[in-house]
Amino acid sequence: MSSTIISLPDQTTARLPRKSYLNQEYGLKSWLLTGDHKRIAILYLISITFFFIIGGILAGLIRMELLTPAADLMATDTYNKVFSMHGIIMIFLFLVPSVPATIGNFLIPLMVGARDLAFPKINLLSWYLYVIGGIFILAAMVLGGVDTGWTFTTPLSTHYLNTHVVTAAMGIFIAGFASIFTGLNFIVTVHRMRCPGMTWFRLPLFVWGHYATSIIMILGTPVLAITLVLVAMERLFDIGVFDPTKGGDPLLFQHLFWFYSHPAVYIMILPGMAVISEVISTFSRKRVFGYTAVAFSSVAIAVFGFLVWEHHMFIMGVSQYSALVFSLLTMLVAVPSAIKIFNWAMTMYQGSITFETPMLYAFGFFGLFTIGGLTGVFLATMGMDIHLTETYFVVAHFHFVMVGGMLMAYLAGIHFWWPKMTGRMYPEAISKLAAVVTFIGFIVTFFPQFLLGYLGMPRRYAAYPADFQVLNVFSTAGASILGIGYLLPLFYLPWSLIYGKIAGDNPWQATGLEWQIQSPPLTENFVEIPIMDHEAYDYEWLANKTQHEVQTVG
Amino acid sequence: MSHISPVLWQFLVNWLKHFAIFPPEASTIAPYADALYFALVGMTIVGMLLVGTMVTFFAIRYRKSNHPQAIQMEGSTLLEATWTLIPLGIFLVFFVWGAILYFRIFNPPANSMQVYVVGKQWMWKAEHPGGQHEINALHIPVGIPVQVTLISQDVFHSFSIPAFRVKREAIPGRYTTVYFEATTPGKYHLFCTQYCGTDHSAMIGWIYAMRPDDYRKWAAGNTSGASLAQNGERLFAVMGCNACHAGNSQARGPNLYGLYNSRIRMTDGTTMIANDAYLREKILNPSLHVPAGYVPIMPTYQGQISEEGLIDLVEYIKSLDSNYRLTQMMNKSELNSAQPAPIGGANQGPGAAPLPGATKP
Ligand code: HEC
Ligand code: HEM
Ligand SMILES: [Cu+2]
Ligand SMILES: [Cu+2]
Repeated sequence: MSSTIISLPDQTTARLPRKSYLNQEYGLKSWLLTGDHKRIAILYLISITFFFIIGGILAGLIRMELLTPAADLMATDTYNKVFSMHGIIMIFLFLVPSVPATIGNFLIPLMVGARDLAFPKINLLSWYLYVIGGIFILAAMVLGGVDTGWTFTTPLSTHYLNTHVVTAAMGIFIAGFASIFTGLNFIVTVHRMRCPGMTWFRLPLFVWGHYATSIIMILGTPVLAITLVLVAMERLFDIGVFDPTKGGDPLLFQHLFWFYSHPAVYIMILPGMAVISEVISTFSRKRVFGYTAVAFSSVAIAVFGFLVWEHHMFIMGVSQYSALVFSLLTMLVAVPSAIKIFNWAMTMYQGSITFETPMLYAFGFFGLFTIGGLTGVFLATMGMDIHLTETYFVVAHFHFVMVGGMLMAYLAGIHFWWPKMTGRMYPEAISKLAAVVTFIGFIVTFFPQFLLGYLGMPRRYAAYPADFQVLNVFSTAGASILGIGYLLPLFYLPWSLIYGKIAGDNPWQATGLEWQIQSPPLTENFVEIPIMDHEAYDYEWLANKTQHEVQTVG
Repeated sequence: MSHISPVLWQFLVNWLKHFAIFPPEASTIAPYADALYFALVGMTIVGMLLVGTMVTFFAIRYRKSNHPQAIQMEGSTLLEATWTLIPLGIFLVFFVWGAILYFRIFNPPANSMQVYVVGKQWMWKAEHPGGQHEINALHIPVGIPVQVTLISQDVFHSFSIPAFRVKREAIPGRYTTVYFEATTPGKYHLFCTQYCGTDHSAMIGWIYAMRPDDYRKWAAGNTSGASLAQNGERLFAVMGCNACHAGNSQARGPNLYGLYNSRIRMTDGTTMIANDAYLREKILNPSLHVPAGYVPIMPTYQGQISEEGLIDLVEYIKSLDSNYRLTQMMNKSELNSAQPAPIGGANQGPGAAPLPGATKP
């Protein structure tokens, strides 16, 4: 009995709240023209799930092709298009918006005690831009595909391919503004709309993580936008910025692209880390160990993340001394991640730990992100990077951090806040199974890729020497397990919308402001703006409050 | 059997025949890279064990049924400092270690043998100074440092030899170099690792590391008849360079003798080293840097000459420098020293590749 903290209302009498953001208004129009951050979060949730499915199918095709050494399932051109679309969709249309635009959008106002984000209309515009960007990218795919890779390397992308590069680039450009607007909204909301008593150091770490992410979104994304515009101009008008025969510099593209794309990898992990802080605290019943250290490490990652981009270019003929500086800075950026890991682990110390699904996903995050981060240090070590760069080692590294880290965190977050978003619980047993299957599938898929990388197998190869086959078969086998792990929630989460148990306000007995209101929340979030009179993660306050309620009611 | 499931069958056969998990170690760099790799793997294992034990131990010891009431606590500055400084220290050790290896790989010894490689969609064209041309293959002697000068004539490519643990980007419009010294004769994979379009995965080849005498035989049997420098000399005349660079006092352009690797003062007061990149730039984009005391009248040859042609010209201008000629000759003599030394220490064995052309223009 005592092995769970789930406390649900009596199911025989429990009802969903009569009024909530879900039934405030009905009809498609009420959704498409909504200003409610919670509804926009749901719109985002549906659209990123759609793109995740497409990206996932493409991933399946990649793994299938790589089952055999020869390029026999599809033509090499097709293969190139498949991995390019997989990368573009997964990065720009899934990972970047995943946690911030869905869970973040839903929760930031609730957590700071506000009725909405600062600019509800801009928030809605952000979703429309995302959808338009997505349509452009889909159009590029349907009309014949793009085969630049998600990195759009010039001059390949500008002069040597006649696929829909400009369409796809425009799609990313537009979707980029969606991300800028989300960041803008978060920053203003956190600065201006905190409820009385909500000081900076009483904010949940979830908010700190998103604040740091927003800084990157606002400062980094415009550089990506400019870079893509330059690629388009170079393609259409041959302006020559990246063309050495016209006095341009092809390396300039690499600098510009990675100036965004390295910080962007932190857009793809900081919100995940933000989720993990909440989950670990709740299921350990403890305040996050070293709150300030965790908060500041997010900001440190965001700021210093801008100063390491050249580690993607160590072998590209950059000055050896500049490489030295960037390697050193990369080592420094790895430290805040280590700090976080240790603080989370210490949060469990002397806690009272239970193992519900979000916590299992968080454990998965722990293991996989630690490996991912440490293999990042391999790549930051200049002499080692020479051998490892552009091989499957890099592929394995970033899948460990992005899929093993961010996607695990995203699923942890979705399960954790599902009762708040929908008012109903997901089914516990099968979702635990999904968490375990995902973890195993992940390891089998991506661990062999480290070995392949050290063997020297280049990334983006449709065909490969026969001696690499065994490891590739493992990887493909793992991918099918992983696929099942991801399919399960696609079934049981929608199922739970109707058949799930009624969750009540606070099924996890968590301390955040969002858990002190009804699930699903009212459109205006709070009947009355709360006053924050305690620290974040104050479980004693919660205990007292619950006791008090029992006394007054009973 | 094999009709049941070809893939499964292939898999089994492969599994039994060659289950590669570690690449061959075939260059002087490889043991250094591997040592660093294993140290990093060690760090990862220790880190995983540490985090893994902490998490597992806490999860079991403080599970709710065992520890019903959590004990709240604040952070601890001492602990924060510990797990900031120790990882930092470890990462810094790897930073230094990695930097040393990096500088070792990218800074060849002065007496390296030169090879040029041009990448294009989707093949590697290798040229030896002696005039041997190869495609998707590179023959090199073991025991002698080889410096590869790379360039691409279209998009980015990347020249990777996993068995040597080296890799370098081939960039359009810019020379990059990489060096290695093979230790074990054999046939090793050569990959293009930078995605370069349709047949990226077919842009592969073989590195043949040969004993020096085998290499010499190969070189003698495969020469095109004219060394790169001789080709360059011919181009130098055909393209009209000698009209201005005749080397006499009436010439309108500077004398190119001894130019290679010398320090040159520019009109704007800066100085530059006349390395390969400088020579190439000079031919394509002469007005970019003008040596002091000259009027920029040299015409541009942009678009009139292929990357191979440029390499020939560069190699020719290099051959006008007696120092460069000497180091390359020393290399050849090292090659020959594997043979019984010819009497009188003559450095050209019977089958040696022709020396870079050193005839006067
Ligand atoms: C019209 C006369 C002319 C022709 C033809 C010409 N050059 Fe030059 N070259 C010059 C002059 C004048 C300079 C010095 C001023 C400058 O750099 O523009 C120069 C400079 C150089 C330099 C740099 C020398 C230094 O001391 O830094 C190199 C190398 C060179 N030329 C190579 C070539 C080659 C190779 C060709 C043929 C493909 C060629 N030149 C054709 C006139 C010429
Ligand atoms: C924790 C510390 C980390 C370090 C030290 C680190 C280091 C590196 C380095 C040096 C590279 C360049 C490798 C190469 O191309 O040769 C790289 C690549 C990459 N990393 Fe990390 N990384 C870290 C964390 C992350 C995180 C958190 C993410 C994303 C969530 C991430 C995503 C990526 C991606 C996507 C690439 C490859 C990009 C490409 O070439 O397509 N990394 N990392
Ligand atoms: Cu990076
Ligand atoms: Cu390639």
